[in-house]
Amino acid sequence: MIRFDQVHKRYATGREALAGVSFTIDTGEMVFLTGPSGAGKSSVLKLIALIERPTRGQVFVNNQNTSGIKPRRIPQFRRGLGVVFQDHKLLHDRPVADNVALPLIIAGFHKREIDKRVRAALDQVGLLGKERNRPLELSTGEQQRVGIARAVVAKPALLIADEPTGNLDPQLSVEIMKLFKRFNEVGVTVVVATHDVHLIEQFGARRIVLGDGRVASS
Amino acid sequence: MNIQAYFMRHAQTLVGSLGRVVHQPFATLMTMGVIGLALALPLFLDLALQNVRTATGNWNDALDVSVYMDKRASSARTATVAKLLRQRDDVAAVRIITADQALAQFRDASGFGKALDALEGNPLPDTLIVTPTLIAGTPQGMEALKGAIAAMADVQTVQLDTDWVKRLRAMLDLLRRVVVLTGGLLGAGVVLIVGNTIRLEILNRRAEIEVMKLVGASDGFARRPFLYSGIWYGLGGGLTALILVFIAGAVLSKPVEGLARLYGSQYHLVGLGFLTCLRVLALSLGLAWLGSWLAATRHIRGIDPT
Repeated sequence: MIRFDQVHKRYATGREALAGVSFTIDTGEMVFLTGPSGAGKSSVLKLIALIERPTRGQVFVNNQNTSGIKPRRIPQFRRGLGVVFQDHKLLHDRPVADNVALPLIIAGFHKREIDKRVRAALDQVGLLGKERNRPLELSTGEQQRVGIARAVVAKPALLIADEPTGNLDPQLSVEIMKLFKRFNEVGVTVVVATHDVHLIEQFGARRIVLGDGRVASS
Repeated sequence: MNIQAYFMRHAQTLVGSLGRVVHQPFATLMTMGVIGLALALPLFLDLALQNVRTATGNWNDALDVSVYMDKRASSARTATVAKLLRQRDDVAAVRIITADQALAQFRDASGFGKALDALEGNPLPDTLIVTPTLIAGTPQGMEALKGAIAAMADVQTVQLDTDWVKRLRAMLDLLRRVVVLTGGLLGAGVVLIVGNTIRLEILNRRAEIEVMKLVGASDGFARRPFLYSGIWYGLGGGLTALILVFIAGAVLSKPVEGLARLYGSQYHLVGLGFLTCLRVLALSLGLAWLGSWLAATRHIRGIDPT
């Protein structure tokens, strides 16, 4: 599903975030991407979502070499994966349902189909009944679940999450991780970047540990 | 994407952008007002010009040539010249105003009666008012007629009354160009105004555009609501311009008719036609759309999620 091949990433500031990272994630796997902050976790996810491009080396997503994807094709590419952010990145002036519906609206789905899928996604994250609420009326944990519902509503084969529990207390964090686990169980490939080692010990998933821009253990 | 969903989506975006435009009534009205003023000015000037043209349009046909005879010429000679002129193809009519008649008219009209009595003789010459035929009433025809009369014996001066009309025409032509130029500049101004407004809107909603791009929105998708905002601005601005010009017309129509009456005319102001109104709205829409397209295309491309 995902293959990094000797990937280097140096930002314009001169910071070298990744210095020759190689790993493979198979379809249907659930993987924790971990390591201290600044180890390059976010860079890996940004390279997967084509928010950044590698300075050197190659990134394959869905058996496709991402270096061959032209900027014009990036929107289409992003519709094929779900992304969850630490800060949720919700639109605060729109109700929950509209936030979750956004990927489907962009993809041009029918209104009836959108309504159905939005309800299903909200049901999966346990927020049914909150459709008309504004994001800021919800708790942080609920907001994060809205973000997850938005990431899965278009039924992507790949779900990536950058520190999804960064702002949550331990109990809520476990719930969120269980949610990811459940999506993985129905066949979605899940990559979660987190520095919370205690949390992921409760889940028997594979870990890729990054340190100083390299893979420390896999 | 199927067609129905596509149109549905466009309709929703259109209404959604209207909602946002209405949500900030003050800013929206300001923008529409500026567009309206910018378009109303050239439109108003153009209408004024059109009215002057219409008002002076049929004067060319009724133009006469004034022929002043030499003072030493006898009245019999004047009658002969009049007869010769009547025989010409390009002359419709000739009216003789004898020196005595002219003096009498002048005495009545000027109020200088006493002063005129003090003069020893009649200082005025015999005059012929020559009316050309309609066919000869072109500028070239008039020039030819003028030359021919001037060449006749005992004719002192031939005065073509087209001269001032020609000057008026030239002036109107010049003004017309000024209007077109002004219109062009103000039209460009509308593009810039809308462009800048849309640019600010995009900056305000930068985070939202970033999120949309993150979940797979193309630049075109993110741009669409701003294009629709531009269309609303254009529509509102165009309507504002039309309303302003209508108000100006209503304010001016009475005085203009009063003025025309003083000149013995039944002139009525030429207003905006239905087609012109449609054209103004289309132009306003087009300019605003162009402005929003330029701004949205440029600034949305520059927003990349990080």
